[in-house]
Amino acid sequence: MSLWEYANPKKFLATTVPVVPWVFGAAFGCLGVGLIWGFFLTPNAERFQSTVKIIYLHVPSAMMAINAWAMMLLASLIWLIRRHHVSALAAKAAAPVGMVLTLIALVTGAIWGQPMWGTWWAWDPRLTSFLILFLFYLGYMALWAAIEDPDTAADLTSVLCIVGSVFAVLSRYAVNFWNQGLHQGASLSVDQAEHVSDVYWQPLVICIAGFILLFVALVLLRTGTEIRARRIRALQARSLRSEVTT
Amino acid sequence: MMPELGKYAGTVLSAYGISLLLLLGLVGFSVWQARRVKGRLDRAEQGRDG
Repeated sequence: MSLWEYANPKKFLATTVPVVPWVFGAAFGCLGVGLIWGFFLTPNAERFQSTVKIIYLHVPSAMMAINAWAMMLLASLIWLIRRHHVSALAAKAAAPVGMVLTLIALVTGAIWGQPMWGTWWAWDPRLTSFLILFLFYLGYMALWAAIEDPDTAADLTSVLCIVGSVFAVLSRYAVNFWNQGLHQGASLSVDQAEHVSDVYWQPLVICIAGFILLFVALVLLRTGTEIRARRIRALQARSLRSEVTT
Repeated sequence: MMPELGKYAGTVLSAYGISLLLLLGLVGFSVWQARRVKGRLDRAEQGRDG
């Protein structure tokens, strides 16, 4: 069985519809456990006090904001190379999810920054590239909405997605590139000495799993919606053509 | 039951409140939209068949 079989809208729906509720269930389970563990059962940090609890929302949302764009890039490349409509619709479906995750990362970062840095916002490399990524999400969604022909919209948004990938990469690595600004380095690292202490790390990993599963569930659900909406447009166009010919 | 959040209680609770509101809003809107579009497609296909 080939992966490309799922590029068939019917096959995609037949496979994903029964799976989506389970993925949502797993996502809410992980998020429930991770957030309750992180919020209620972890101690306050010496330096950050209780604001350390914000990492359970900020780190996974920031991570998924970038990964959502990476997924959109992959889907856009598949569209440009192989012209599979499902991949273009999956990229379209992922954009609002990525936009909300970027917004959560920006808002929780600002809320955390006010007491810790003494400011809601700073033109720091990582913060700025994240804001630009957020604007790219808005621009991507606006471009889909502005163009009537879906294939042209898919072409142009794919190009926009490739351009925006620069800022997705910058959002992740800006701290390493410039080594300046307020934002600290990664909270998670394979280097034991670098990442947050185990007491915070364990619930954080569960929250990250929850955010990944929630993203997958939402993208599958929303891609199904886009496939059905496309089918409705095709049926309407067909009935319009038959009315004109009769 | 409530953890000791100290002087940053407002900061932590507002971060959680806004984030959960945005996440639940996104999930709620996506589910509502999925049901609405599925209903529209079912009606459109019934109209075509019938």
